[in-house]
Amino acid sequence: MHVTSPAFKANASRAMRDAGLQKALGKAKGAFLERRAAAVAALPEFERLRDIGRDIKNHTLAHLDFYLETYAANVERAGGKVHWCSTAEDARAAVLEICRKAGARTVTKGKSMISEELGINEHLEANGIQPIETDLGEYILQLRKEAPSHIIAPAFHLNREDWEADFRRMHTELPADRVFHERRDILAEARTRLRERFLAADVGITGANFLIAETGSSVIVTNEGNGDLTQTLPRVHIVLASIEKVVPTLEDCTSLLRLLARSATGQDFSVYTTFSTGARRAGDLDGPEEYHVVLVDNGRSNMIGTEFQEMLRCIRCAACMNHCPVYGVVGGHAYGWVYPGPMGSVLTPSLVGIDKTALLPNASTFCGKCESVCPVKIPLPGMMRHWREREFERHLTPSAQRRNLGLWAFMARRPGLYRMVTRAAIGALGLIGRGKGALRSLPLAGGWTEGRDLPLPEPGGTFMAQYAKARREKRA
Amino acid sequence: MSKDAILGSIRRGLRRGPLPADQRAMLESRLATHPRHLIPARSRLPRPQQVALFVRNVEKEFGTVERVPDLAALPAAVADYLAAQNLPPRFVLAPHPDLAGVPWSDRPMLEFETRRAEGTDQVSVQHGYAGIAETGTLMLPSDPARPTTLNLLPETEIVVLRASRVVGAYEEAWDRLRAEHRDALSGGFMPRNIMFVTGPSRSADIEQTLELGAHGPRRLHVILVDDDPAALPMADAEVPLRPAEPGGPAAPGD
Repeated sequence: MHVTSPAFKANASRAMRDAGLQKALGKAKGAFLERRAAAVAALPEFERLRDIGRDIKNHTLAHLDFYLETYAANVERAGGKVHWCSTAEDARAAVLEICRKAGARTVTKGKSMISEELGINEHLEANGIQPIETDLGEYILQLRKEAPSHIIAPAFHLNREDWEADFRRMHTELPADRVFHERRDILAEARTRLRERFLAADVGITGANFLIAETGSSVIVTNEGNGDLTQTLPRVHIVLASIEKVVPTLEDCTSLLRLLARSATGQDFSVYTTFSTGARRAGDLDGPEEYHVVLVDNGRSNMIGTEFQEMLRCIRCAACMNHCPVYGVVGGHAYGWVYPGPMGSVLTPSLVGIDKTALLPNASTFCGKCESVCPVKIPLPGMMRHWREREFERHLTPSAQRRNLGLWAFMARRPGLYRMVTRAAIGALGLIGRGKGALRSLPLAGGWTEGRDLPLPEPGGTFMAQYAKARREKRA
Repeated sequence: MSKDAILGSIRRGLRRGPLPADQRAMLESRLATHPRHLIPARSRLPRPQQVALFVRNVEKEFGTVERVPDLAALPAAVADYLAAQNLPPRFVLAPHPDLAGVPWSDRPMLEFETRRAEGTDQVSVQHGYAGIAETGTLMLPSDPARPTTLNLLPETEIVVLRASRVVGAYEEAWDRLRAEHRDALSGGFMPRNIMFVTGPSRSADIEQTLELGAHGPRRLHVILVDDDPAALPMADAEVPLRPAEPGGPAAPGD
């Protein structure tokens, strides 16, 4: 996927002026937050489960080589095949080869972020094989030739009007004057269209939420049932999974599943949580005849042993972006690659390089909400800080910003000077209008005030001045 | 090759070579004993309340439940349910011995075929392996007697579940599978596929608003066969929404 992260500022400004996007974001924002809060409140053990989830993932990462080898051996014991792929290119080649051997013309797909990361669809199309996205959100994005804007709700940025218009535009065999009375009419049309595709596909490709070392199983978690149809009906099933998805046992996976749906959609459990272990057994009446796992590294093993290792605990629930004030106003596309929001601002620089993505870890207010809702307690703001340090060390920070940071650091190390300057600055701003709210624009800082207001000082002087005054009064 | 490159890169990051034998033995023992972690208290209830919790959670997720005294009551329960939904009395039946022994001819209107499901089937009658009270979840492992397509293709799925197969937590369902199931191919206990199903299929992809009946069944109906005298509803017992104290009475098999 083409990286537009270097243009984050322009992307974000465009997003903030996009009325349709702002409408969609406004509608969707509250829903996830309320549902998660209700699900968490209904499970008194949730906080303790977060610690358990963190510990399971840490244990696995510390022994990742062992668990991957065990997992692969158990896949093969159950008649499946594991394709180890270091790079995205290796993975694309492996998928294409399996599809070619199967003589595939069409391939159905369950929702998978790793597939977006690897660019599987483009590669299959370029080689004459038609991929068909079957998750409802992914399906409309394929019609629109767009990328997902959210890792669990890919069409987060669309409104009902968009769905109706696209379905009329693309489903031309249906009467043009048909009426969509309800959202469910849109759903029913997609269901009918995709049903034929499921039955005709030669290969089904899904992602994996977890891989189980103990049993060699892959796990998908969905609500629609499209992932299950994708992996049950075609003759060949391909699982795309990155190396950090492995966990030791079914019990470990079960504990993480208690966190996943609650953090993601606020459900106690998703509708379909499915464990796949190898291909069709003797006597089975359905299921694929071949089961392949394309196991992808694509830069993740380089994160181990660095300050970004903990990012590999991520279970892709999207709670961080659902609660992020920045994501809430710019949406997912502004981030410019596959993974948006706080988890993306940490992961994207790791996978595509900080030189192209330095703006992402800066697109944060450091409010800390992401870390406080993360089901596996990833210290996301801390890691964004690490990226900012690396950016500074590698001289990727713009020169004006470096100069200003240098000036600030000079003063911050000299408390007397710092107090004098802040007192003077606040005095000057106070002349404009003390206690009168905020300034919409400030001379020489138009860039800064374009997207935000500058609060004017409250009466009473600086914090230090008020503190000193209070202490004097107490003593007196 | 890629495998060695990936494992080598992981080991460089961890600043060590392949694990020494004693550490491998420790990890293998963790796999062999597969220790449980914290199990939420909500499902640790006496049997009648545990089964009632299962029923309530299925209903909370937009499924429906009917309790019947025995398997002989199935034909009437299925026929009446289909009639109430305005559905034709036709279904595809899981080839499970429990269901083969049902006196279907008691309701001569009912037509069924015993096989996997096809795209044209409207209704399926599946055999449930276990029910998990914690979230109202059905456990449906694939085997020749429980085709996976029955859970996916028809718009209406009816699952027949014995009350004795309702457990509190997922971990108890795993224990049953580990104890009862053998997979001839792998020598392990995992069948090809296990679906955990919680309510009918749904999507919230259009404006994050929930709609039922995405690609899988639009209706999920559980017929619970009361074969467990200890799990029958108690006449006067009020089912608490949640146990009063975390770590309340332990469930059987806990």
